[in-house]
Amino acid sequence: MGQQSESIVHEAEVHEAHHEQSFLMKYIFPLDHKMIGFQYMFTGLFMAAIGGYFAYAFRMQLAFPGAEVPLYGFVDPANYNMLVTNHGTIMIFWVAMPVLIAAFGNWMIPLMIGCDDMVFPRLNRLSYQVFLVSALVLILSFFVEGGGFGGAWTSYPPLSAAAEYNLTNWGASLWLLAVALEIVAFLLGGINFITTTMNARAPGMGMMDIPIVIWMINIAVILFMSSVGPLVAGAVMLFFDQRLGTSFFMPSGGGDPLLWQHLFWFFGHPEVYVVLLPTMGIVADIITVFSRKKLFGYRTILYTAFGTGGLSFIVWAHHQFIAGIDPRMANVFVITTILISIPIAEMVFSYIATLYGGSIEFSTPMLWALSFLVSFLIGGVTGIYLGSSAMDIYFHDSYFVVAHFHYTFFPITIIGMFAAITFWFPKMFGRMLDETLNKIHFWGTIIPFNGLFLPLFLVGMAGQHRRIADYTQYPDLASPDLQGIRIFATVSMVIMLLFQFVFIYNFFNSIFKGKKAPMNPWRATTLEWTIPSPPPHGNFAEMPTVYRGPYEYSVPGHDEDYWPQHIPPKSNV
Amino acid sequence: MNEYLDLGLISSFVPAASSFAGDIDFLFDMITIIVGFWFIITLATLFYFLLRFRRREGTKAQYITGEKHSEKVWTHYPHYGVIAFDVFLIGFVIVVWVNVKQTLPANEDTIRAIGQQWSWSFVHTGEDGKLDTEDDVNTVNDLHVIKDKTYHFELQSRDVLHNFAVPAFRLRQDTIPGRTIKGWFKPTESGTFDLQCAEICGRGHTMMMAAITVHPDQQSYDETMDAIRSGSYESHFEKKRQLGPVPLPFTVSKTDKSTPYAIELAKSF
Repeated sequence: MGQQSESIVHEAEVHEAHHEQSFLMKYIFPLDHKMIGFQYMFTGLFMAAIGGYFAYAFRMQLAFPGAEVPLYGFVDPANYNMLVTNHGTIMIFWVAMPVLIAAFGNWMIPLMIGCDDMVFPRLNRLSYQVFLVSALVLILSFFVEGGGFGGAWTSYPPLSAAAEYNLTNWGASLWLLAVALEIVAFLLGGINFITTTMNARAPGMGMMDIPIVIWMINIAVILFMSSVGPLVAGAVMLFFDQRLGTSFFMPSGGGDPLLWQHLFWFFGHPEVYVVLLPTMGIVADIITVFSRKKLFGYRTILYTAFGTGGLSFIVWAHHQFIAGIDPRMANVFVITTILISIPIAEMVFSYIATLYGGSIEFSTPMLWALSFLVSFLIGGVTGIYLGSSAMDIYFHDSYFVVAHFHYTFFPITIIGMFAAITFWFPKMFGRMLDETLNKIHFWGTIIPFNGLFLPLFLVGMAGQHRRIADYTQYPDLASPDLQGIRIFATVSMVIMLLFQFVFIYNFFNSIFKGKKAPMNPWRATTLEWTIPSPPPHGNFAEMPTVYRGPYEYSVPGHDEDYWPQHIPPKSNV
Repeated sequence: MNEYLDLGLISSFVPAASSFAGDIDFLFDMITIIVGFWFIITLATLFYFLLRFRRREGTKAQYITGEKHSEKVWTHYPHYGVIAFDVFLIGFVIVVWVNVKQTLPANEDTIRAIGQQWSWSFVHTGEDGKLDTEDDVNTVNDLHVIKDKTYHFELQSRDVLHNFAVPAFRLRQDTIPGRTIKGWFKPTESGTFDLQCAEICGRGHTMMMAAITVHPDQQSYDETMDAIRSGSYESHFEKKRQLGPVPLPFTVSKTDKSTPYAIELAKSF
């Protein structure tokens, strides 16, 4: 470790000497982990805007079927399928993963473990470039002949496998290609994250001194890398089915459509935890800072994260309870699925216990973090219904499922993202966000969010099935009451989208005109707060040494209510 | 099982029209009580902590690591409660699942449903009670069954995945091309109910809809079958559909107000 850190210090000096870079090298082809993090973040936010726009278009169609949607136009069923498919795909693969894992991973891993850059900067740059290409391929797929792919983000064959079924010959293939490229990008980035965390920590930082958010990103990456293999294999097979006429998933040629579902969900379920864990980590860091408390049961949280990750590999068939698998198999998967509630409940209990005896300040990042806990709790408990195989006989492919996973994915992706951005914004840009606008944006997002997704549980209970462009054609689903619920959800959504402009204004205004941020505005203990905001190229002028764990707040006998990781104990001074 | 517990959370939205609908509604109500209990306890604790430990001048936060045994029990004891409820829940879930999906009770009649892009074809057995014989009655988007009779269904697909869904029966089952999937239901209420395709199946998924009519007695069923054979049948599906789109609280512009959009689109294919 000692020798290695010396070489890191040496390298930092070399970087310092060549600090001036051309615009092209600094912003377009950067090697600096912070700039690559920005690239991921801004690409992710741009894709989030597209995903949100798609959601706007199809929600408007659901509320006012057949009407011209302002700023979009007429949504026909083919168009509707394309919108829901790509909304799901974008939000998971091009928003949740790049923003939560790639952007904050890139930014925070080197800063929080005390190192000057990722260990493979060129691999890091390549990872973003492949990711950018994947995003462009996906966007391209909307404009080819036949339109974008409309077979749902799960892309079940035979619908996805044959152009005569999905009628989007090129859309389907480009969609698949984009997803495969995105996976390649994250495999490249993932190996970098794990290697950096394991090998490049500052001297003195043991495994149990790593901030929990860095642990969570690493566990997420390990989960991703070990689960994605079957999906890549499946994607190649599906691509062959589409373009070369093979029959891996086509019953007409002896293939089996269920095989794809197994390959997809073997990846698809761990993927939920791949995006959940980074947000759990972000929330852990935020609630310790704003309650001035040590994290309750650091090791317990860590082990439950590993436990959740391990369990997530043996629950995939709960997506297929009634997809035609042997019914006896459901009894095994219902047990493993309900078991997941054990580590997750332990984790949530530990977070709540962290608040006990704290000195809680309701700043915006804290509000986001707390609202994550509450909303995710709703997502979690409704998961108990859907994990119960017998309930799926009714709820499979219904809006109850839609409401459930939006109560998990929205808190994870959107709330987690806003929590992290509002928390680390001063470090990233060296300016403070406007607190009043932050609060307006928070309440303007959280209240309509519940107004949007709570009603979907009700229409789900009423038997409304998924991915239908116009429910008023179904006599049992056409009652004015149900349509009223749909309109309420849509209106909530539009309100929520409008409030995002407050954030966009605040974000860009603060980057240029915000109050200058001090080095450590939240009085936090971790290493990223020990360097100037924004951090210079090479991050640490002097390699920090770590003396204690990441959450030493309100330590008895210590004057300040926080004790940063790099300050030597008094006896050494 | 809903004689033990019936909050009517689902049946207030959709009629419970099959023999196992009550079991599934019971399960929903029971899970709601269990998770509702935990949800409220957890939220109450969270909000109590937020209120009790909000920042006040001059008070310092406590230093609690959560690594000592005496502290770990704070999260462990509620946690044992979660595990106990999990086991309880899994027991009920598996009983209902085994009854509905894993066992096939003796049948009185059989129907076959064939999904294709984008309609349902149904085969009724006719008088001999057997499929694939001369007197089979075929219909499109219109399924007829008799109340209080146990039916086996055979689900097939001609092209892609579909899903045979009857919310009033609390029943959904995917259909897979190349396979025949068997199952059962026993209608307990008469009436005409929606029959959906709940698995996305392409461009026309939106309009892949049908109706299932539960006849109160054999006589009404036989009359309908005779009408179908003689060609004088008026489709229950179409009759139900003629209720048309519901009036919205305000007017919206539609390309053609007289016909539902999906019908118009279907004609254009």
